[in-house]
Formats: sequence, C-alpha cells, structure tokens
Amino acid sequence: MELNSKIPSGSLENKWTQYRAHQNLVNPANKRKLEIIVVGTGLAGASAAATLGELGFKVKVFCFQDSPRRAHSIAAQGGINAAKNYPNDGDSIYRLFYDTIKGGDYRAREANVYRLAEVSNNIIDQCVAQGVPFAREYSGYLENRSFGGAQVSRTFYARGQTGQQLLLGAYGALSRQIHLGNVKLFPRTEMMNLVIVDGKARGIITRNLVTGQLERHFGHAVVLATGGYGNVFFLSTNAMGSNGSAAMQAYRKGAYFANPCYTQIHPTCIPVHGDYQSKLTLMSESLRNDGRIWVPKDKETAEKLRKGLIKPTDVKEEDRDYYLERRYPAFGNLVPRDVASRAAKERCDAGYGVGATGLAVYLDFSDAIKRLGRKVIEERYGNLFQMYEKITAENPYETPMMIYPATHYTMGGLWVDYELMTTIPGLYAIGEANFSDHGANRLGASALMQGLADGYFILPYTIQNYLAHEIRTPSLSTDLPEFAEAEREAKERIDAIFAIKGNHSVDSFHKRLGHIMWDYVGMARNKEGLTKAIELIRSLRREYWKDVYVPGTPYEFNPELEKALRVADFLELGELMAIDALHREESCGGHFREEYQTPDGEALRNDEKFAYVAAWEYKGNEQSPVLHKEPLIFESIEVKQRNYKE
Amino acid sequence: MNFTLKIWRQENAKAKGRFETYHVTNISPDCSFLEMLDQLNEQLIQQKQMPICFDHDCREGICGMCSLYINGRPHGNDTGVTTCQLHMRRFKDGETIWIEPWRAKAFPVIRDLVVDRSAFDKIIQAGGYISVSTGGVPDANAIPIPKENAELAMDAAQCIGCGACVAACKNASAMLFVAAKVSHLALLPQGQIEAKNRVKAMVAKMDELGFGNCTNTGACEAECPKEIKITNIARMNRQFYKASLT
Repeated sequence: MELNSKIPSGSLENKWTQYRAHQNLVNPANKRKLEIIVVGTGLAGASAAATLGELGFKVKVFCFQDSPRRAHSIAAQGGINAAKNYPNDGDSIYRLFYDTIKGGDYRAREANVYRLAEVSNNIIDQCVAQGVPFAREYSGYLENRSFGGAQVSRTFYARGQTGQQLLLGAYGALSRQIHLGNVKLFPRTEMMNLVIVDGKARGIITRNLVTGQLERHFGHAVVLATGGYGNVFFLSTNAMGSNGSAAMQAYRKGAYFANPCYTQIHPTCIPVHGDYQSKLTLMSESLRNDGRIWVPKDKETAEKLRKGLIKPTDVKEEDRDYYLERRYPAFGNLVPRDVASRAAKERCDAGYGVGATGLAVYLDFSDAIKRLGRKVIEERYGNLFQMYEKITAENPYETPMMIYPATHYTMGGLWVDYELMTTIPGLYAIGEANFSDHGANRLGASALMQGLADGYFILPYTIQNYLAHEIRTPSLSTDLPEFAEAEREAKERIDAIFAIKGNHSVDSFHKRLGHIMWDYVGMARNKEGLTKAIELIRSLRREYWKDVYVPGTPYEFNPELEKALRVADFLELGELMAIDALHREESCGGHFREEYQTPDGEALRNDEKFAYVAAWEYKGNEQSPVLHKEPLIFESIEVKQRNYKE
Repeated sequence: MNFTLKIWRQENAKAKGRFETYHVTNISPDCSFLEMLDQLNEQLIQQKQMPICFDHDCREGICGMCSLYINGRPHGNDTGVTTCQLHMRRFKDGETIWIEPWRAKAFPVIRDLVVDRSAFDKIIQAGGYISVSTGGVPDANAIPIPKENAELAMDAAQCIGCGACVAACKNASAMLFVAAKVSHLALLPQGQIEAKNRVKAMVAKMDELGFGNCTNTGACEAECPKEIKITNIARMNRQFYKASLT
C-alpha cells in the first residue's frame, strides 16, 4: 500500500487553517448517532474522550487502571512547552517548530510539527481555564522555565508535578462528560483485539480485568491513546502496566508501525542498584536548569569515589569535569536528551563514572544553592529532592545527586497521516502511541504538549472528516462474525498461554528481554550487536511459548495473565525495534549507530539515504515485516547537522 | 534482611478472607516495599501458587494506585510517601510485618490487597471540576492569580486519590479527599462561579456512597502521602455552610 500522509497543500503557516476551513464536519443531530471508542485515559485519551463527548458524539473510554486518573501521564514532572513568548525572550510559533524539528534530528514531518507549535498556546489557555495551578510570579502572571534544546524559556509548570496537574485537568473534563452521560467509562478493562469490518476499524474486544470476561464493543471509529512501549526494556521510567499491546494488535491487523527503533534514553534518572529493581525513577530534566553535571577529571579520583574513600564534596572545583559545559558551550547542561545521555555513557565507559557501579554521574546543585539560596531551590524542586532522598537515603541539598540514563519515551509508534489516522481506515493513534511529531528525539516538555494537542485540538477536528462519510452507517451488532472471530483470536491467545504450564515466571523472561534490549538496542547500537539481538529475541520468544508459567485461570482477577500477554507482545516488538535499528544505517537523535558518527562522537545522519519514515507492515507470525518509506520533505527549514556547541 | 509477613488473602469480593504467613529472606535494605512483595511473588510462582494481588503502577509515588495498610498504617511507617516509595531500610531485620487492604465500606475488596476505589471517581464526576468545554477560553494571562493562592491551590491539588485518608480514618470518612478538590478550585477565580453547587454536589455524593463523617481526629492528615492539610477540611466546611445558607 502506498503511504499517503495527506499533508494539505499551501504554505506551512496556512496548512492547518486551510484544512479546517475545508474539511467535512458532522452536524449535531448526526453526532448523537456516531459512536467512538477511545482506548487509554492519559493526556491524549482523556482530552480526546472529553472533547468528543462535549461535541456530542457517543464515546466509550477504556483504561486498564482502576481510574482514568492513574494513567502514566500523571508522572510527567517538568512541564509543558508553548510558544506564548510571555517572557519576551524571542519565542514564536516558528521557533518552537524549528527547535522541535531540529531536536528530533530532522526525522519528523514538518506539517505535523508546525501544527503542534500552532496549537500549543491554546493548550495553556485551556488548562488555566480548567483550574490547573501553574506556577506564577508575584504579579499573578504565569511563570516559565527553560528546558533542553531551547534557548528561550517556554516551559509552563506546576512544581515537579506538571503531568499530574494537566492529567487531573483532563480527568476533570472527562468526569464532567461521564456525569452528563456523553462518555461511558470502562476502568480495569484492557483491549485484547481490534475488530475490522469491511476494511474499517469497527470495534474492540476487551477483557474485564476483575472477572476475566471477554467483551465486544462497537464504534464507528476507534482511537488508540495507549502510550509508548518503553517497558520492552523491563527497566524504564514507565509505569509497571505501560505496554505496547494495543499497538501490536493494530499492527497485526494491518496498521503500519513507524520508526520503532527511535527510543529516548533520558539522561537524568536514579541509577540502577540491584537485580530486584522493578523500575527506574526519573529526575526531571528541569533540574538541569540549575544543576551542573560533572565527573572527576582523573580516573584515580573516580576510583576513590566509587569505593567511597572520598566524598564528592571533597573533589575540588578544578578537579571536576563539567563535560556538557565543556563540549557544548552554547547549550551547556541544557543540551537535548539524546546528547546528554550519550555524553554520560561516554564518560562512564571511559572510566570516569561514579557511584558503586561506576554507572553514574553527578548532578550538583551547590552553585545554585549558593547563588539563589536553599529556599528558592526548595520551591522549584522540593518534591523532586524529597523523592530522591526517599529512594537513595542521600540529601541532595548537601551532596550531589547521582544520575544515569534510562529508557523513558518512545518516539516511534503507529504510523499516522496528517489526520492522525493509521493505515487502517477509522483507526486513529494519538499521543505517544503514534510516531508523528518528535522525529528521532523528543525535546523535554513536548510530550505533554503533543498529548493534549492531539486530544483537545487536532483529533476532534480530523476525525470528523472521516465520520462525515459514516453518518449512514448504523451501529453494528456485535453478533457479527467479525466480532466473534476477533474474540475467538483473543481467547485462543489467552488459552495458549495457560496451556504452556512451564517453569518460569513472566518477569524472568521480561528481565532477560530487557537485558538484550539494553545491551544491543540501547543507547549505542551496531550491526553485529543488532544481528545478535534479533537471534536472541527470537530464541527467547520460542522459549517463552514453551516454558512460561501463568498461575490461576483466565476467569478471575489475575495480574500474572495481564503481564504474560503484554510480555508476549514485547517479545515481538523488541525484534521489530532491532530490525528497524539494523536497517537504519545512520545515526539520528536517540538512534545512535556506532559505525556512523562524526570524528568528535556526534550522531552522523545520512540524509541522502535515510530522510524517510520507516513504516513496517506485518506479514504474519514469524515472517519478516515489509518496509514502506514515507519520504520526509523539508520545505521550510534548512536541514543541517545539529550543533549545540555555538 | 529477613522478614515474616502476615498477609491478607481473599479470593474475591464474596469470599471470606484470612491472614497467611510467608517468609522472605535476603532482602536488600534499598529495595522498595513493593519490590519486596515482587520477590515473594516470584517465590510463590516458583511453587506454582497464586501470587499476592496488590495494586501498583507508576512506582514513583504519583499515580495513587498502591494502597497497602502496613503494620496498622496506610502506606507504612514513613511519612510523606506512598507504599511504592517506602523502603525496607525503614524496617528492622527479622521483623514481622502485617499487610492488609484499605478497610472501608465504600472500598470493597476485589482480591487480596486490591480494593475498588471507584467511589472516588464518582465523587469527582458529581462536580469536582470547572465546567469548561474545549476552546473559546481567554488568554492564560488574562486571569492573574495571586501567587499565594496559586501555591495554596497547588498544595491541595497534589492529592493523588489513593484513599489513605479513608483507610486511616476510624469513620472511613472521605473528607480530606473531597476537601482537597473543593479547596483547589475554591482558591482560584476560575472556580468561583460553580463553587456553591460543586461543594453541595460533592458532599451529597460522598454521603450517598457510604463514607463516614469527620470527627476531627486528624488521622487523615497524618497519613496522607502528599501531606495535604486538614485546613482544607475547614475551608470546605466554610464553603459548604456558605453554599447552604445563601
């Protein structure tokens, strides 16, 4: 199938305006007859479901957690970008667009990113109207701070809990629609399969996680807002339940999976400390506004620090290597995430790492505390410092934090066109679940922006362009053979997992997969390692389907079964990521191929051969996927090597 | 470290529950409480037994999903943290630890340590928001808000909806949860317009769902992992009287 991105014609600045002026809309009487399924209640899902409900559609919304408010958007700490230019420091829609394209290492679609920057301001207005308590100046006006990859302060925040406050805003809007009867909520319910009727997405099969019953749901359109797949690494900053299963179900039904290898390794996480560990905790990027990152200048000092013979505060100023400030004078500690992560890995691999494992660097606030006073630092980062202390039993006001990169976000996802529709008609993907806006690397404070842009301001428009042609389609009966068949497939997968009765837990396999992914498909990749990873994942998958043990039965509250189904999907997704990483013979953003780097170790793109979106088509179980290319055409900006040095 | 665990097991909402005894050994003091339970579950799976069911998700103290009653205290013996951020270094080696689900009429047990907290969603649905639809709102800076009010609103808005306040309260009252949302919105100019109806609707729903009354014991404030202050309850009461009398 030919990929049609449906980018409107006209100048970049006018595309979205023109699109909205000419798209098809659905009149109020017809909206009442149209049903929409939204899977996921994070920023994208909750805002989409609420807005579609407000417009008058009949919406069903699903989440696997016990409440929509638990979705992992809640954990986003630092902030949300918008081109308001309140600080008068030279920001504009174009600059936000430019920074995002450049930050993504020229691997995102221009038209989508421009639209994102365009609606960014509406998001802030909307959230303030909902009562989101953003940080304010003494004047009562909104305060901003800066984030990586930008030279302006355009990030709005609510202490270190911006994601929480934005999600609670969207959850409020969603709750209002539930109260009004426009949206029906299905908590503790997980999607098991996609239903396609006559080539169009028409519903889903779900599992009630309390009773284990499979259920059928019809929709004129289906929206996946199911987040990213960072948990393929087992250890990540994602929530324990975050998964890639809905995306994989769609992929197996014909939705193309785009750029699966683009994963973001976040530079500031609390380092790994033991094999019992279940997740990695992020320390917000906002800390890099005031924290300075360093390791010792010589290896002997690093060795002493690792053994605990001296303390970091004993290391004199002149013996410290503030390596980001040294390598990237223009952006310093605020370089984009991929650059900061690789620089930390480079120092640790070279033997300058600290902490018991040697896999950590310092993030030091002593200068900021001297300059601004402890009270200001406490106001800005109090809850983050407290979180750090609870986890590590060290006080970051007195001793530098230790940090190391960890898997955080996946830029890849289901391929979508300008309207956010996948290659399956009537199936949409929004938020982290799609691939569209961040290219090969996402800038800080842009995930919240994209989730809410998609949910509040983009999908509710674009979906009408499709639904306008569906007003004659009645609500289909879920007794149709297509529903029965989709349910049978879901049941077979569940039964097959129980039938194995092997000897090892789901977690034990997931951890092994995580090690393979981290070692060969992590921060630095190469041909040999990726080839090996593909072999290892295939053999692990075979072993899984022979030897995993899931206790209990399908028809009860059974968290082990939930995990088992998700890990089965990760075992396929991990291979797809490695295949994509192997094929992309260049380095860009979060995808760093060791063979392709500049003499000073920066990512070296190959625009001639790889300036395209890699969209993979499923060809059947244990078959190689087929690659489709969407060329990336840059009309408005000059493509060059990213430079954060000057 | 080694521990003896007395854990509440209950197959489903209708089954009769009981405490069962388990032993875990060689636990790192840096391990979180939930990671300790992960290790017990791994052990149980090895023995082909049903692992302990407990709610959890983000494991960084913000989603509000984890919910254990540990040695008689919601989220255990540390202050200002959820169970996922409670670390084993807070316990004595060899200690016996009692683990129970939240106990409240409005939070029925689903399985083992997992309870149904959808009553909280229903209270929010009754009015815990500002009724603004998407689009057509003024510029964000058109509504200046005094910094101190914004900070107080944020203090209240930090509630994660975990239910520790209900579990801690001898009356199983949801006053702190409801007050946090009422306060958050009442402190902001955007929330004024609906303030009266909001507080009345939310309090009525809270009563209807079987939560108890507040008798000012302050257990909720003491156990709240986000340290939400009981002064919010005073603010809600004021709002409620104002709404009832005018």
